[in-house]
Amino acid sequence: MQDSAVIATEKLDKIYPLGQTTLRALDGVTVSIRRGEFVGLVGPSGSGKTTLLNIMGALDAPSSGTAEVLGNRIESLTHTAAAMLRNTHIGFIFQTFNLLPVYTVYENVEFPLLLQGIDAAERRRLVADALEWVGLADRADSKPAQLSGGQSQRVAIARAVVKKPEIVLADEPSANLDAANSHHIMKTMVGINRELHTTFVFATHDEKVIGYLRRKITLVDGKVARDERLAPEPGGDQP
Amino acid sequence: MMMLKLAIRNTLGAGLRTWLNVVALSFAFVAIIALQGFYDGMNEQVQRATVDALYGGGQYWQQAYDPYDPLTYDDAHGEVPPALDSLIADRRAAALLFRSATIYPHGRFQPVLLKGIDPAQQTLSIPSGLLTDTSDGIPALIGARMARNIGAAKGDMITVQWRDVHGTYDARDFRVVEVFRTTVQEIDNGQLWMPLGRLRDLTGLPGQATMIVLNRTAAPVRDADGWTFRDLEYLLRDLRSLIRMKEVQGSILYMMLLFLAMLAIFDTQVLSIWRRRREMGTLMALGMTRGGIIGLFTMEGAFHSVLAAVVAAAYGIPLLAYLANTGMGLPSATDNFGFALGERLFPAYSPALVFGTIVLVFVVTTIVSFLPTRRIARLRPTDALRGKLT
Repeated sequence: MQDSAVIATEKLDKIYPLGQTTLRALDGVTVSIRRGEFVGLVGPSGSGKTTLLNIMGALDAPSSGTAEVLGNRIESLTHTAAAMLRNTHIGFIFQTFNLLPVYTVYENVEFPLLLQGIDAAERRRLVADALEWVGLADRADSKPAQLSGGQSQRVAIARAVVKKPEIVLADEPSANLDAANSHHIMKTMVGINRELHTTFVFATHDEKVIGYLRRKITLVDGKVARDERLAPEPGGDQP
Repeated sequence: MMMLKLAIRNTLGAGLRTWLNVVALSFAFVAIIALQGFYDGMNEQVQRATVDALYGGGQYWQQAYDPYDPLTYDDAHGEVPPALDSLIADRRAAALLFRSATIYPHGRFQPVLLKGIDPAQQTLSIPSGLLTDTSDGIPALIGARMARNIGAAKGDMITVQWRDVHGTYDARDFRVVEVFRTTVQEIDNGQLWMPLGRLRDLTGLPGQATMIVLNRTAAPVRDADGWTFRDLEYLLRDLRSLIRMKEVQGSILYMMLLFLAMLAIFDTQVLSIWRRRREMGTLMALGMTRGGIIGLFTMEGAFHSVLAAVVAAAYGIPLLAYLANTGMGLPSATDNFGFALGERLFPAYSPALVFGTIVLVFVVTTIVSFLPTRRIARLRPTDALRGKLT
C-alpha cells in the first residue's frame, strides 16, 4: 500500500457462487486512492463497480487479494470492527437514498452521530452544519416522504458527511435524479470535498457525475481497464 | 440509552402498525388483570363468607364426627369440655349439635340434618336470634335453597321426625320463622336450624355438642379431651384447592388472550424484518453492529408492551375500578360452582397481580420480539441493502 493512500487494493478478487458455477465480479483489481481524491469507478452494469465499492466500505470481504482502508485489512475485520470502521470513518450515499422513513431530516442526519455517542449539543451543531452544506436547513423537520428525490439525496449526503468521515462512498448517487438535481448534488459534494478534504469514491456510469470527477477508474468485467487523471488534485499531488 | 431512544422513536414512528398492536396487547393486559382479579376476589369472598358463616376462627370436632360420613353424625356428640364451655359463656365460641332427621314436605319425605345453635351466639353469621319460641311449633330457620327445594316459605309448618339418644322415634311440627339467604351452601341445603337447648332436650343430650366453633379472636384451648381442633388452614384446604382448579380453568382463557396478543407481536416483528431489511442494510452501512440491530428490533417489540401498559391503564383503571365497585352479577347457576358465591362477585386487584401481569407480558413480549430478530444475525450488509434476506 502506498504511503498516504486511504484505500489500497492488491490483486483483489471477488467470486460469487452462482448455482453450479461461479461469477467473478472482481478480477485482480489493484487500485490506490489518496486522501482528498474525487474519484469515480466507472463502467457498464456488471463491471464490478458496486462490488469494489462495497469492499472499500467494509460491507463485503474479498475472496482473495487484499483491501486496506485507513490501515484496516478488510478481509480480516470482524463484523464489529467493520461496523466500527464504517461508523467512524466512512460515509455512504446510495442510489435509492436509503433514508430512515420514520425519522425527520434532522434525525436522519443525526443518526450516525447518535451511534458514535456524541453529546446532544455537539450533535445539534454538526447536524446544523451538515444541513447548511446541503442547503436543507429549512427542511429539518420534514419526513423523507415529504421530500423530492433531489432533496432526499442531499439529506443522504448530509448524513454521510455529518460525522466528517475520511471517506465517502457513493453508489450511483444520481441514478434516481433529474439533470438539475444531479448537478446540484455533485456541486454540493465537490464543495464538501474542497472544504473538508474528504475522499469521495463514486460508482457510476452517469456522464453528469463523470464530468465532475478528477480521476476515473474504468472497470470492465471486473478488471481495471483504465485509470485516468481527468483534472489535477487541488494540492497538485498526483496518485 | 441511545438504543432505547431509537427504539421509542421507531416504534412511535411506525404509526398505525404500532397502535394496532398496542391496543391488542392492552386488551390482554386488562383481560388478564380483570379475569385474575375476579378469581382473587372470588377466593377472598368465598373464604370470608365461609369463615363468617361456618368456620369462625376454627372448630373443635367431637372425635366421632366425620363431615364426609353422615352416618357418624348421630354418634358424634359429647359433653362440652369446661375450657370450651367458658368460651361459649363468654360468647367467644358457639356450640352446635347435629342430629339426623326426616321431614315430610307436601307428603314426601326428605332426610335433613337438624342443627342446634344457641340463639344468642355471636360467632357465626347465621340469624340465630330469630329462633325465639313460638306458640305453635318449634322455631326453625332454613336457607333459601332448602326452602326452594322443599317448597317451604316463612311461616310454614314442617313436620320433623328424629330418633333420640335411645333410638326412640319422635316427631314435632316446626314453624319456619325465617328463610335466610346465604352464599354458603354448607349451612343451607338439607339443613334445619333450631334452638340448641330444644334439640338437646328433644334428643336427650343435655350439655352435649357435635362441634364448637371459635370466634376469630378466640385462641384454641388445651384441655379438650375427646375433641379435635381444626384450624382454618385445615378447614379451608378443600375450598382452596377447588378455587385453584377454577383458576387453572380461567388461566387457559387468559393464556389464549396472551397468545393472540403475542401472535400479533411476532407477526409484526416478522413483517418488520421482511419490510425493513433495506433499512437494516442502511443501519449496518451507518455503522450499527448486527447485535445492535437485533437489540434495537427486540427493544422495539418490547416497547409495545410498555405502550400497551400505558394504554391499558388509560381505559383499564376506570373500567376495573368500576367493576370493583359494582361487582359482576352472577346467575343462580353459579350455585353449582360448589362453593359460596354471592349474587355479585367483586374482583380484587392486588399490586402483585398488576405488577406481575405487567412483568409477565413484558417478558413474554420481549422473548417473542427477540425470536424472529435472530434472523438478522445471518444477514449480510450487501444483501440487506439490496433488500434480500439471506
